[in-house]
Amino acid sequence: MTTRVLVPSGVLGLGFDEDALWRGVALCPDIIAIDGGSTDSGPASLGTGTSKYSRASTKSEWRSLMKARAKANVPLVIGTCGTAGTNSNVDWMFEITRELASELGQQLKVARLYSEQPQGRIVQALHDGRLKPLDPAPEVDPGTIEKMTHIVALAGAEQINEALATGADIILAGRTTDTAIIAARALFNGDHPGGAWHGAKIGECGALCSTHPTSGVIFIEFDDTGFRVTPLADKARCTPYSVSAHMLYENADPMRLYEPGGYLDVSAARYRQIDERSVRVEGAEWTPNPAYCVKLEGAKPAGFQTTLLAVVRDPHYVKNAEIWAGKLTDFLNNEITHRLQIARTDYVLDLRLMGVNSVLGAREVQQGTPNEVGVLCIVTAQSQEEASEIAKLINPFLLHYPLTEEEELPTFAFPYSPAHSERGAIFEFALNHVLDLDHPMDAFQITVNEI
Amino acid sequence: MMKLRDIVDKIRSKNAGPFWVTVDLFCESTAQYEALKDQLDIKAVAHLVQISPVSIKRFDLDDLKVVKISFPRPIVQGHTLDRDQHGAQFAHLLGALPLTDST
Repeated sequence: MTTRVLVPSGVLGLGFDEDALWRGVALCPDIIAIDGGSTDSGPASLGTGTSKYSRASTKSEWRSLMKARAKANVPLVIGTCGTAGTNSNVDWMFEITRELASELGQQLKVARLYSEQPQGRIVQALHDGRLKPLDPAPEVDPGTIEKMTHIVALAGAEQINEALATGADIILAGRTTDTAIIAARALFNGDHPGGAWHGAKIGECGALCSTHPTSGVIFIEFDDTGFRVTPLADKARCTPYSVSAHMLYENADPMRLYEPGGYLDVSAARYRQIDERSVRVEGAEWTPNPAYCVKLEGAKPAGFQTTLLAVVRDPHYVKNAEIWAGKLTDFLNNEITHRLQIARTDYVLDLRLMGVNSVLGAREVQQGTPNEVGVLCIVTAQSQEEASEIAKLINPFLLHYPLTEEEELPTFAFPYSPAHSERGAIFEFALNHVLDLDHPMDAFQITVNEI
Repeated sequence: MMKLRDIVDKIRSKNAGPFWVTVDLFCESTAQYEALKDQLDIKAVAHLVQISPVSIKRFDLDDLKVVKISFPRPIVQGHTLDRDQHGAQFAHLLGALPLTDST
């Protein structure tokens, strides 16, 4: 049978074309599916369990989608709520949904699919040999697992379909694969599994698979042999090139995609323009795995940071910036050891020269003489107090450190006062592993509420 | 000397999850694409990125006239010493890859 999925955008918080959304509603979708996060912005969201998007912008977009859902009278599913898909992210989204339901006068059944993993389960899995490293994987032992502030498992289509089976109007899912929320209903309906996963991968970033990437809204129709994808913004078109090229995006292997329960192979896929703006795709293959596993993500604390920024404009110092920064770093490390009595292994001092090589570091191959050089000084230590103590020790030297002893003390530009900024706790990704499960729901929970 | 950016239409790089980076080299013409396939040396890429050549995966995608290169991030995304959270500047590093003319 045919399954029609309306995808409003690549992620909630990025905006979408409102007219196109309503055009999608008029096409009678079976489900509305949108992603709510990714690891793309780094480990902080997972480490803290907080959203990187503004609450107000999230709420305003979710309001449109809740109205569209009410009109279409079909389930609305969001995957990876609140950026990282932790339990706190899901509950944050639940609160927003509850506020909107009351403001819009909607009575709803809401299912929350939780993906967060207790440390004990992962320690036990390590012990039982059910925790398996991907390539490359950080070293993991019970101690490192116990340090992690949040661990999430990426739900697949199976868990989304369990949540849909509750009959909920809205499903707020914790961490899921980007594709699972789009593929789930098609797989449940018995559509072509290769087509379901392939169409989901093509649609996961909304209109990024079209000629107008920022327009957001797309419509995917799945059936027995493949899928058809259509962008719904006014001038947007899908072409065989725009669609097939999306397999490259944020994907290490453009032909294979691993999901819980199996993998997708698109090497035999055929892309065909079927009207001015739609593309039809067939030929992808899905191979189920004998065992069921889900990918894990975890974040652990990596200290506290305080930063300083100075700008060097003196041409003599601009020209010799790297020599100056090297000498200053050595000098500061010595001062920190002797005056603050902090061991070299307990902090990281990193001076990045903006305008020279702050992005590529030692890999930079291009040389030139900029007008000015920004000196971003990042201090990472065991506590915020210690990081700021180090930054305050650095402050006068970052302002006045001379290139040689013979020259007059320079004064560089500090763009603000105080010169240091506390960045709080920082985190690192600490897992690149899969977890073997006997049953897909073993690591997930569903809670249903009427609101 | 010719650089990689001189023979391709567009270079894009991005994380593929926190542990990998992927670089897409787009060509407009078949001639460009053939030249790219011919002249792109994975050992030279490895040298520039300062990683082992065996860790690099290369895909030549004839239908798209794209060569794709993926490799484990030299520093995991978000690590204290990471300088580019999204990995998008590897495109500029690789754009400067010197090419040896094989003709």
